[in-house]
Amino acid sequence: MASNSSSDRQRIAQQRLRIIAGHLRAPVDSDSTILAAECKAQGSKTDVSSERKTVPRRRQEILKWNGWGYSDTRFLFNKKGQAEFTGKRYRLSGMIIPALQNWFEGTFGASVQHKSPAMPILTSSAVQPPTLNEAFVDELKSTGIPCSHDAEDRVFRGHGHCLHEVFALREGKVGRVPDIVVWPNCHNDVVKIVELACKHNVCLIPYGGGTSVSSALECPPEETRCIVSLDTSQMNRILWIDEKNLTAHVEAGIVGQELERLLNESGYCTGHEPDSMEFSSLGGWVATRASGMKKNIYGNIEDLVVHVKMVTPQGVIEKGCQCPRMSTGPDIHHFIMGSEGTLGVVTEVTMKIRPMPEYQKYGSVVFPNFEQGVACLREVAKQRCAPASIRLMDNEQFKFGHALKPQVSSIFTSFLDGLKKFYITKFKGFDPDRLCVATLLFEGDREKVLQHEKQVYDIAAKFGGLAAGEDNGQRGYMLTFVIAYLRDLGMDYYVIGESFETSVPWDRVLDICRNVKARIIQECKDKGVQFSPLSTCRVTQTYDAGACVYFYFAFNYRGLSDPVHVYEQVEHAAREEILANGGSLSHHHGVGKLRKEWMRETISDVGMGMLKSVKNYVDPKNIFGNRNLI
Amino acid sequence: GKTRALDPMLKKRDDFEDILEERRNSSDLKYALRCYTPVLYKGVTPCTSSMLKSMVLQSDQLHYVINQVSKETGKATDDIKEEASAILEEMAQCLQLSTVRFFAFTLSKAFKTLFRSICVNEDGIQRLQQAIQEHPVVLLPSHRSYMDFLLMSYILYTYDVALPVIAAGMDFMGMKFVGEMLRMSGAFFIRRSFGGDKLYWALFSEYVKTMLKNGFAPVEFFLEGTRSRTSKSLTPKLGLLNIVMDPFLKGEVFDVNVVPVSISYERVLEETLYARELLGIPKPKESTSGLFKARKILSEDYGSIHVYFGQPVSVRSLAQGKVNRCQFNLVPRHIPRRPSEDIASFVNDSAYRLVRAQEENMVLKPWVLVASLLLQYHHQNQAAGQKRGIALVTQVVSSSLTLHRGLVRICEDKVQLAVEQDITTYLSTVFYYIAVILLSCASYRNQALHVFVRPALLALAIHTASSNQKQEVFNSFSFLRNMFSNEFILCPGATVQDFEEACYLLVKTGALQFTQQEVLVTERGHRTLAFLSTMLDPFLQGYQVVCRFLCEEATETLTEKQFIPAVRKFIKKLLLAGRLRYMEVLSSDLQKNSLAALLRLGAVRKMKG
Repeated sequence: MASNSSSDRQRIAQQRLRIIAGHLRAPVDSDSTILAAECKAQGSKTDVSSERKTVPRRRQEILKWNGWGYSDTRFLFNKKGQAEFTGKRYRLSGMIIPALQNWFEGTFGASVQHKSPAMPILTSSAVQPPTLNEAFVDELKSTGIPCSHDAEDRVFRGHGHCLHEVFALREGKVGRVPDIVVWPNCHNDVVKIVELACKHNVCLIPYGGGTSVSSALECPPEETRCIVSLDTSQMNRILWIDEKNLTAHVEAGIVGQELERLLNESGYCTGHEPDSMEFSSLGGWVATRASGMKKNIYGNIEDLVVHVKMVTPQGVIEKGCQCPRMSTGPDIHHFIMGSEGTLGVVTEVTMKIRPMPEYQKYGSVVFPNFEQGVACLREVAKQRCAPASIRLMDNEQFKFGHALKPQVSSIFTSFLDGLKKFYITKFKGFDPDRLCVATLLFEGDREKVLQHEKQVYDIAAKFGGLAAGEDNGQRGYMLTFVIAYLRDLGMDYYVIGESFETSVPWDRVLDICRNVKARIIQECKDKGVQFSPLSTCRVTQTYDAGACVYFYFAFNYRGLSDPVHVYEQVEHAAREEILANGGSLSHHHGVGKLRKEWMRETISDVGMGMLKSVKNYVDPKNIFGNRNLI
Repeated sequence: GKTRALDPMLKKRDDFEDILEERRNSSDLKYALRCYTPVLYKGVTPCTSSMLKSMVLQSDQLHYVINQVSKETGKATDDIKEEASAILEEMAQCLQLSTVRFFAFTLSKAFKTLFRSICVNEDGIQRLQQAIQEHPVVLLPSHRSYMDFLLMSYILYTYDVALPVIAAGMDFMGMKFVGEMLRMSGAFFIRRSFGGDKLYWALFSEYVKTMLKNGFAPVEFFLEGTRSRTSKSLTPKLGLLNIVMDPFLKGEVFDVNVVPVSISYERVLEETLYARELLGIPKPKESTSGLFKARKILSEDYGSIHVYFGQPVSVRSLAQGKVNRCQFNLVPRHIPRRPSEDIASFVNDSAYRLVRAQEENMVLKPWVLVASLLLQYHHQNQAAGQKRGIALVTQVVSSSLTLHRGLVRICEDKVQLAVEQDITTYLSTVFYYIAVILLSCASYRNQALHVFVRPALLALAIHTASSNQKQEVFNSFSFLRNMFSNEFILCPGATVQDFEEACYLLVKTGALQFTQQEVLVTERGHRTLAFLSTMLDPFLQGYQVVCRFLCEEATETLTEKQFIPAVRKFIKKLLLAGRLRYMEVLSSDLQKNSLAALLRLGAVRKMKG
């Protein structure tokens, strides 16, 4: 891979990109009108220019202040009642989704006639005036590091994307938010800010992409000091790429899509693709122990990180070399990874990179039931031949995915769809209310991909699986990227929901899926939810010893006086059920403040003591005072 | 006809429907051949009896135990597998609709001649239907008669409810033909004791769990383990309850619905049989020919049966806050482990609650009270040398009197027990005859004991306490309750609750008054308290006699086997000498319970070897 001349490299990279771009463009004769890879904002893979696209300091210029994602992009039901996806950023953008309304009304007992609109703009009177530590602000200003105590800037950094956070914003309610936002431009800026914070005893809360779903960004209401939000978004450069060792040294504020785009320009990728990668940052991944969709090839964040630099109140922590593995006591990276902003700010990371794959292929397999599907995934994991991504959606989610099919342009396509459906349900005898689908993504060189594909399909066949085409696979992955936009649509019509995840040993997978889904339904009923909720799951990652399971649940809250409270009670019960069934507190979302109460039973008293003593040494004055984790 | 049962607290109860009424008016054959389409568990995986067996044999649990046994004994795993397969063959049910239809026909005929009516609460059936669809169901009927499980299946067939598989004792297997018939109607057979036999235990528990988890059929067993010979509920056995709760605790099913069923017989088929058994006249081994000899039973009138299907109890809600299900997280679930302390006590508590639920839904006939009074009068008369009886009042009572004419006689318009007053004059041949009558009569009184036991213990406690200080009374109550906890269903750890309930009831009836410190018996309360404590008097005396026996006669060499005959001889001597009033003390049930209580309290010790 390493080429001596940089123009050579450029040429090879350009060529490869053209090939990939070719694959990603929908073939003319294909019935597919969407491509999952392009569910991320466009302009990433096909745009080879090296112009930097950063997240602006004023995030509100391009992002919603009270919902998910870009301001120009949202789902809506048009005058005819048909669902539409606005904007131009995604492949689905500008399309009509004819089946969504029926699915939506049927699943939730909701109606497009009954709207529950959000407050259109933030009234700054709803935001408490900032408590500023004047001495700190003065000294900060003298360093020249940009900062702001504008209400909008502050509100934007006072929340993540938990349901209760977004719900409150939609109602125009704002609780405790940071008093001031600072935008360091580099590692040294961060060192200065942390020094000043220590000197003046202010509270620092690091902010990356703001995609937290663990209440990690919520300002502790009991915090009386000035709260400073340290926004890393302007630290977004790739500092160097080392092709000999296949590593890249990157500033931690870079967001996933930007990192991939920039690396792709040099013909590389990290392969780390968490579902939030459009917005989430490298530093956030490290701080929460993130996991990417394609971890089967590239690994999770802990496998990808070679070196980390973190600024703490005690100084900068980093290793003295960039070695692949060391036997030097407990790995200090593991104090940093998952520390959730309680110990310091991650500023720079050396990450493994890989040459971009030559070929990508989606696929899907339909199973007669979820049990068979899980058995197949287990076998794939046992044989250690999992593709880049393999996910198994349950029946409800399969139907959900189908409801998101955009309007088909040709009669031929709909005829083919009908035929496929007939073959699977009538000819093969699959029960449409039990069947489920696994979505696959293969990556690598073409020949190996095809070989790999055959191996996986052969295993699937042993469990009654039928290959169901690339289209189904792509739509499955698309769901991941649009689900958060869909939640906003639901909230416009009295439907609230959330997703949460866990990891669990193989022998428990079926039990946990069944029990947690049933628990959600039961709790909703007990709490007075009128219409049975959507309660669905998918197995999203496979490991040697277990799997990662993702749950979605959503319900129609008409008739409830305090829907968020009901929602929180149900989510709480669901987490209890997960733990009682041998599941983990979190696979990759982290603990934040939302799941803190279960930490002790998760890691034992001694474990808690260990974490606390680290915190006490590194940050005795609780400068990093977001109160996550412990 | 519809009758309504009311409990003492006047809670609303379901209506009963007589299912025999229709049988008397329409063809039994048509009924036996009618279309039977029960609703099933929503998550049911269709499978046959033989598939069940192979699922059990291929389970992780069994693999593990087979390997373990192989390592311990040195036997080849294949041999053990064969052995396992044979055990399963002996155990397994093979439910067949044709057999059920055969029973539906023959039982219709038999029930119509034996019973006046079989009354079922239809609301309970509806709740059961619902429960079956939602979660795996366990049926827990009370056990007073061999009839019970045939009756259960008969009723479920009648109402188009899924037929259960039933845990039955191995002794049925002795009856060649009948055993197979029962197997085909859903019975599976368990050896009475298989102490340390790991393989057997694994097979048995896995078999039951597999049927339950797959929703193959509701699983039915008797919490009391065996038929109660005394009409009192027996201390629950925990083995099977442990097994059926296990899939929930380990997260293998979302929930299990447990449905207590109360079967109240106006007159049990085995009435005199039980009395004889308790008196030590050995029980005939179950045999086919024995069953046919029992045909003479068919010519008698056994009144009506009330079957009450209780509220389904969710094991999930029972376990809420009592069991930490995370305890199964660190060891693979197929490796057998002793239940942890919290689970053991949870299962035990639940078992008591469920037996209590059975008791509470029993239907008591007026005769039960008549029997209680007759027994009391009988013993008081005996002391006073009088002949007192109960005035014949209502039709209801007289109807029960015809049913129980073997036990009572009417003398000068007064009802009395059909026995002479002075037992010391009995010839020894008549002695047992009289004892049978008294014990039978006591068994009817026993049906009402669960209603009275808590206030009666309080009455007794007030009587025996050294002062009427509340604390003193409570201590004395607590002692008596503890003493009698093998005799009556008293939930473990519920002493305070029981005490409060008893106080509440006696204050409500105006028998007691409470001051800050003291418990006072009111003027009219004396009679109530006397009635109540007399109710328990035979038990108190019985326990005292057992203690006396142990003090006076027992030697170091007394074995468990010798205990009953020896104590019986001792009691008979006292009775004949006129030094003991209650013949029912002869009941081996009481003697065993008192020995168990003394063992539990550490007054007696068991020595091995």
